Amino acid sequence: MSEPSQAASTLFEKVWKRHLVRNETPETPAILYIDLQLLHEVTSPQAFDELKRRGLGVRRPECCLATIDHSTPTSPPDADGTRHYITEQARAQVDVLHVNCAEHGIELHGWDSPNRGIVHVMGPEMGATQPGMTIVCGDSHTATHGAFGALAFGIGTTEVGHVLATQCLLQNMPKTLGIRIEGDLEPGVTAKDVILHVISAIGVDGGTGSVIEYHGSTVRAMDMESRMTMCNMSIECGARAGMVAPDEFTFEYLKGRPMSPSGANWERAVDEWKKLKTDPGAAFDRLVEIDAADIEPSVTWGTNPGMVIAVGSPVPDRQDPGTLDALEYMQLKGGVKLAGEAVDVVFIGSCTNSRLTDLRAAASVMKGRKVAQGTRVLIVAGSEATRRQAEAEGNFKGRQGSGVRTVLASPLTAAASAITGKVTDPREFLGGAA
Amino acid sequence: MNENAKSMGIIESRTFNLAVDNIDTDQIIPGKFLTTTEREGLGQFCFYSWRFNEDGSEKPDNPLRQHQPGRQRVLVAGSNFGCGSSREHAPWALLDYGFQAVISSRFADIFCNNSLKNGLLPIVVDDNVLEHLLANPDHAVRIDIGNRRLTLDGYGDVGFPLDPFSAYCLTRGIDQLDFILQNEQAILDYEKSA
Repeated sequence: MSEPSQAASTLFEKVWKRHLVRNETPETPAILYIDLQLLHEVTSPQAFDELKRRGLGVRRPECCLATIDHSTPTSPPDADGTRHYITEQARAQVDVLHVNCAEHGIELHGWDSPNRGIVHVMGPEMGATQPGMTIVCGDSHTATHGAFGALAFGIGTTEVGHVLATQCLLQNMPKTLGIRIEGDLEPGVTAKDVILHVISAIGVDGGTGSVIEYHGSTVRAMDMESRMTMCNMSIECGARAGMVAPDEFTFEYLKGRPMSPSGANWERAVDEWKKLKTDPGAAFDRLVEIDAADIEPSVTWGTNPGMVIAVGSPVPDRQDPGTLDALEYMQLKGGVKLAGEAVDVVFIGSCTNSRLTDLRAAASVMKGRKVAQGTRVLIVAGSEATRRQAEAEGNFKGRQGSGVRTVLASPLTAAASAITGKVTDPREFLGGAA
Repeated sequence: MNENAKSMGIIESRTFNLAVDNIDTDQIIPGKFLTTTEREGLGQFCFYSWRFNEDGSEKPDNPLRQHQPGRQRVLVAGSNFGCGSSREHAPWALLDYGFQAVISSRFADIFCNNSLKNGLLPIVVDDNVLEHLLANPDHAVRIDIGNRRLTLDGYGDVGFPLDPFSAYCLTRGIDQLDFILQNEQAILDYEKSA
């Protein structure tokens, strides 16, 4: 590492330093203060139970925000209000979260809340996610919130309990990994393609033990939803978190949200947030540079998110066991193009791509066209707010499903594939129906 | 359980053998029990499908029937113990069943982490040591956590790897949450200054 000047720090280092309760020692990890814990029904019950067992309370209920999003059915309730959970235990998890939140005075967005949604969609939509915060959630895709310049970790149930009881998290100091992307993206190339390209470039373990900062002109030009998509998938290359420095796009997004600062506080907050960027001369432990012009609409061809090709390229024709296993599972032949493979179900949703901009992008391709016969399309909005808006603009509805052989792709590529019933390059359909 | 000995970083126990490779977390605690909302009492589901039939009756060949609770607090298992899906319920169930340590020649990473977070000690030994233990059930062992030594009565002693923080906690008889709670003053100071 070159010698950075005393004052030059990366974005990560600034946020880390501001939240240090106690430094790391050779024997013990650092104790990091957490500003916001997002809770949901699956990974929290045992944590609350453990608190009760030890006679501990929730240290700062006002720093918690809960929703129900994992075990909840996406189909509408019956006329009498009955909801069809997949199992009785799923219903019990939801009930227990209600009881725990009521007991500890934690704000919960349940069935009756207009803000309920996938925890990583809801946090930003409510303005709960803010630059410079430390955020945790018992879900591996918590890195999403890093799009706002927050340091956001996915944690396990034990740590959920730690943070409830002490507002603190134990962490060894991560390494910093800079991913610099420069240049304009080609039409039809989205953030999902960028992150798939990044993962394939550095490998599914390329980010292990690191916090990634995405930067460069390509990232600066991205809207918040795109940045969230990129940060969301940081964990797919092993990283502990992903971050993007906040800028005018960030402030614009947050302004006027229910939990955003308002009035004079807003100006003060923005002044502070503007300091949250990597200083010139600050060094990352590792820097990877990517040229945006090299990125095409991308799809996964195998069994992990690092197995990525441009949609028009052939799948690899290698003989190593990993490749052979993946090809066998996917029922593909090495050297043959994935484009043109029949698709039974197209799913647009998940915590990576269920935001309004994702649904709009898919709609732009599908407008005036029909889904291919024999292909089923499922679209699930990531939150009640997104669902209302999307339904007002078009007519999206659907429910979750899961495929057996899965190809990860952008909403554009997914929509194009829905029209043809085959894996399809979305650039054939840009600009709507002729 | 000898809590004093444990808090001083020494476990003295007899071993209990499960000479099977690749015991995954679904065998340690079947997925159908994961939706419980409590962690206490998970021991009753530990190795459930080895112990019980679908209808809840005990299997005639239940290998755990030989287990002597209290006396045998160290589990010896075949290679690649704890593979499969990540679930903290696995160490919770093992601890609640009465095990303090597991010895194997290889552990799944996530199982290792989950165990150490919850005060269950995974001990990696080489194949020779594992073979010796598996060939000699109810072996007397002594585990010195601070010095990372495993002593096998009448065989000798071997070292085992353990990260510094896990050793710090285990030798003090505390877990990670206890460690944070011991730093209450630092947390209060931070909250005042923030």
